[in-house]
Amino acid sequence: MTIDTIPTQTTSAPPTLDGMQLVYQAPEALAETQTHYCPGCTHGIIHRLIAEVIDELGVRERIIGVMPVGCAVFAYDYFNFDGTEAAHGRAPAMATGIKRTMPDKVVFTYQGDGDIASIGGNEILAACARGEKLTVIFVNNAVFGMTGGQMAPTTPAGMVTTSSPYGRNVELQGSPIHLTEMLAMMPGVAYAARRSLHSVAEIRRTKKAIRLAFDAQIKGLGLGIVEVLSTCPTNWRIDPSEAMDFIRDIMMPEYPLGEFKIHEELKKH
Amino acid sequence: MTKQLWKGNEALAEAALRAGAEAYFGYPITPQTELLEYMSRRMPELHLVFLQAESEIGAINMVYGAACAGVRVLSSSSSPGISLMQEGLSYIAASEVPAVLVDIMRGGPGLGNIQPSQGDYFQMVKSSGHGDYHAIVLAPSSLQEAVDLMQITFELAFKYRHIVALIGDGSLGQMMEPLEMPPFKIWPAERPAWALTGAKNRPPNRISSLYLGAERLEALNLRLQQKLNLIRQDEVRYETMMIGDADYLIVAFGTVGRIAKSAVRQARAAGIRVGLFRPITLWPYPEQQLAALSKTVKGILVVEMNAGQMLEDVQRITHERVPIHFVGRMGGTIPLPDDILPALRTLIETVEHPQASPSAVPA
Ligand SMILES: Cc1ncc(C[n+]2csc(CCOP(=O)(O)OP(=O)(O)O)c2C)c(N)n1
Ligand code: SF4
Repeated sequence: MTIDTIPTQTTSAPPTLDGMQLVYQAPEALAETQTHYCPGCTHGIIHRLIAEVIDELGVRERIIGVMPVGCAVFAYDYFNFDGTEAAHGRAPAMATGIKRTMPDKVVFTYQGDGDIASIGGNEILAACARGEKLTVIFVNNAVFGMTGGQMAPTTPAGMVTTSSPYGRNVELQGSPIHLTEMLAMMPGVAYAARRSLHSVAEIRRTKKAIRLAFDAQIKGLGLGIVEVLSTCPTNWRIDPSEAMDFIRDIMMPEYPLGEFKIHEELKKH
Repeated sequence: MTKQLWKGNEALAEAALRAGAEAYFGYPITPQTELLEYMSRRMPELHLVFLQAESEIGAINMVYGAACAGVRVLSSSSSPGISLMQEGLSYIAASEVPAVLVDIMRGGPGLGNIQPSQGDYFQMVKSSGHGDYHAIVLAPSSLQEAVDLMQITFELAFKYRHIVALIGDGSLGQMMEPLEMPPFKIWPAERPAWALTGAKNRPPNRISSLYLGAERLEALNLRLQQKLNLIRQDEVRYETMMIGDADYLIVAFGTVGRIAKSAVRQARAAGIRVGLFRPITLWPYPEQQLAALSKTVKGILVVEMNAGQMLEDVQRITHERVPIHFVGRMGGTIPLPDDILPALRTLIETVEHPQASPSAVPA
């Protein structure tokens, strides 16, 4: 799966040459540039989904994206809107500073599992507790990708990583953290869901969740968070199609998909 | 305008608002907390943004975010909190966004105590975070001066897109003094062109501290160094007292500089020709001025509320051309004229009878 094979619903299908209709094009919110992500990495799919949602919402000119420290550190280069890059884990605090001083903007953070669930645990917790009007895209690939595949708080029990070479031992290293369920309990969170990218159907559901997480912010309901189970074939040391199976067979039993919180206002349409 | 009695931390808060602050993010810590509390009352009245953060780490990153939006933003803290802010400060410096920080210093290291200290000279002047940069550091010696210096903090921060820190020991935050509060400054409504305000009718703006590739990061660093050199050239501030005929020089900053003034007067009354050099900008340090003075005096006495942090700069800047002695008090004790005058006499003794006097720098 590459980002080019995902169908888009963004176009208003203007007629083009020879009576053919344009049914597919790059979202305006996505910049035209080459990817630096590894083959089979799903960070790119998530970028594309975010861009499509932003186009559909018509908010590109109001978006400020706060990127993480992690493989997506350059993510602003892939987008056609204002962006910045936070210190490791601090994106929710930085985004708070932006949103509080410019409440008319649409602000989102894009964070890996190491970024949000390990070093940045306190910042996301506090942002949720305050009910910041932010959207959070949480990319769970079970490892620290950028630094070479070390164990993350989200690493499934038993999984071998470069810093858990004997497999994650819950006695020694604790159990995988279910951050999204924890955050969903907080009144300040208006939308919380976990989605996956291992099939086209799931990719569509992921997009819908991202849309709702932005809706939650734009409607002023609270913080919207979508955890996306994402591949890291490089550090999982398997090929891209096996990586899709890994999500389904290893990650999903640990991290069930679903919507853990939907604000009443979001159910209305 | 008439003078009013103000408490230090509250005066600093109001002064920041007069200077044009639009947003404040902070976390309680003694002896700075009244600044945050004052903001929590006053900013909603003025329809400005106040938020108590989850930690100093949260606070400085909120400052970073607001600074990226081109907003006039500040935070305040005290020594242990500043330690936590260092990561964020380094990102702010590298991203070249404007931010103002107040540090009301307390005794350290560790949790130390809540007594006054100047123990953050190293932390603020030398290394407010990793990498090659210095924050602009202002060190007022009275509340009036603190309030007046606060008026230029945002101007400096925006002029250089850099961190401006105003530092004072805990007594500055806690003391009460009569002072004149300046009027509210008027700022233009529009945001700077570089700010993240949404890519409407313009290409996207990006603010980042990431520069992969050695050449690119070196280029950023060279630019930062050029900027710092400009600041060195144009922003030095200091005060001198009775240096015209001085044989001896006391060097002190902040409230210690003010105490040293009393010591100078007392010494003058006793017939000692001593003057005072008080740096107001600790970075950029008034190096040329101090170096020039060191050529006209016979000895220098450095007085600080720490173990001799600025002392290292004085030694470096003067090349120890003349004997340099030091008086320092720590842990919340304040060097008084009773500490300073005997030390001055010892210095004079050393200079005038080099053979007879014991070893140089007393502890
Ligand atoms: C303060 C700090 N500590 C550690 C690092 C090193 N570091 C860079 S990325 C990273 C982990 C990123 O993992 P994750 O958030 O899961 O994102 P991914 O790369 O997998 O997308 C770490 C530990 C850093 N840059 N800053
Ligand atoms: S290391 Fe993993 S997360 Fe990072 S780009 Fe490669 S596949 Fe993606």
